Amino acid sequence: MTRSAKILICGGIALAAFGMLYGLHYAVFIEHQTLDRMGGALADGFVHTAQRRMPEARAAIDAYGWTKYNYVRQVDVHSHWIGLAMLMIVTGAAFERVGFSERWRRWIALALLSGSILFPFGVIVQTATHGGTFASGLAVAGSALVTGALAACAIGFLRQSS
Amino acid sequence: MATPATSRDAALGFAPMSASRLLVFGGIALVLGGMLFGDIFAVFVLHQNGGRTGETLLAAAHAAAAQDPESVRNAFTSIGSLLEDRGTKVDAHVHMTDAGYLALLLALVQPYVALPPQRKRRLAQFLVTGGVLLPLGIFLIHYVGLAYSPLRVIGWASVLADSAGALLIVALLGELWGFVRWLRGERTEADKIATEENSWSRRALLGGGTVLVLLGFLYGSWYAAFDLYPHEAQETRILHSLANSAADRDDVGISRAVNQYGGLAAARAVSIAAHSHIIEFGVLAMLLSFVQPYILLSERWKRRWVIILLAGSLTLPIFVLGELKFGLVAGGIADFGGLLVIVALAGMLAGVLRYSGSGDAGIVQGVR
Repeated sequence: MTRSAKILICGGIALAAFGMLYGLHYAVFIEHQTLDRMGGALADGFVHTAQRRMPEARAAIDAYGWTKYNYVRQVDVHSHWIGLAMLMIVTGAAFERVGFSERWRRWIALALLSGSILFPFGVIVQTATHGGTFASGLAVAGSALVTGALAACAIGFLRQSS
Repeated sequence: MATPATSRDAALGFAPMSASRLLVFGGIALVLGGMLFGDIFAVFVLHQNGGRTGETLLAAAHAAAAQDPESVRNAFTSIGSLLEDRGTKVDAHVHMTDAGYLALLLALVQPYVALPPQRKRRLAQFLVTGGVLLPLGIFLIHYVGLAYSPLRVIGWASVLADSAGALLIVALLGELWGFVRWLRGERTEADKIATEENSWSRRALLGGGTVLVLLGFLYGSWYAAFDLYPHEAQETRILHSLANSAADRDDVGISRAVNQYGGLAAARAVSIAAHSHIIEFGVLAMLLSFVQPYILLSERWKRRWVIILLAGSLTLPIFVLGELKFGLVAGGIADFGGLLVIVALAGMLAGVLRYSGSGDAGIVQGVR
């Protein structure tokens, strides 16, 4: 197994394990409470409307919006970490077929690994900063690294084929 | 002309009842089952469920307009039940397909799992059994509920799903232990997967799969950059407008807001479905590229299945996106795309069955 393939396979396994542990922690300690809060806030919004307590209704709908904002990102982070990890393992298994020198392959593997860590990490920081520039910048940089690495892999596979 | 895998290692790795064979069969069958279930769900449940959810939201808004908090609560309980119905079906589809991917992935890494063959086989059995029972348990949650359950919040179907999940975790931990042993220098001869073959089918699946994943990633980035935040803001705005219309007893405003909410939900659903399906099909194509040496079909038929699989993988997400503009026609074409992937998978599974049958009979070169 080449060093670049090892980076992808070992990095992928570690990232998958981390993603699963994160998901388990979220499911056991946070998810049910979040879902209850989300459903409860939406129902409360319309119950308050029925009671014509409009300031409370508006506050409940806003609370629903914020809770959902966090929930969507928490679930996305979990699924993206594991999904990207699986992609790294599969790509790692076929990495010797990427038609570049081992030195270039190592750079591609490192870009894919760091992007796969950074992109969901940036998304999770967004739940703390609610759309802050730093968090969004991390997510964009991570996703650009993954996209670039994947494009390089696609070109590498095609080069090898030709 | 048949194109059997000629590598002796490959033949060794695909011995009768070996872990690799179980994982390849089980993996393809689970993906096939998950996709078939997903197609049936999309045709017979998804749109109807969305329509009923919209009607119930409308009823909740009318109840709020009539100053009836009790009916509002009842309507939201019904919406919860409808969302559970939809959510458990989506989860059953996703978990069955993903368990299949996991099985194929593990078939791929079997050479790096240093455990005795019978233990590897047992782990493979655990994984495939867990992969069948987990989605079954999830599917039954909505129907079984808390019937006959000794617990206050967990029903028997959840117990089945959780037990199956535990079985999957045991299998994964076992595989991880085998991998740690391999890293420590222990080796076993069995379960080698052929990686030497460089056929057109294999290259097309590998290259095509990577391109599909890349397209999915680009689309996901575009969605996150330009649509995600506006959609989130729009949802809160529509809900405020719905509450205000209900307070003003404005029936036209209520109907308009509920329609907008339905449209927004549809727009988000198709964007996420297109993004996730194209990436999953890409990973599936890459995984299937490793299975090609075990498909005993003529090169012509292998190519046909590869082309059909890649065509379906591209058709489904593109036409899912087109559903917003072209409605049911695009939805039908998307379902047809899913069917193409199912047919190609079934064709490949038949090829793997032929390979194993021939191998067991000693026909495939190098098997006996």
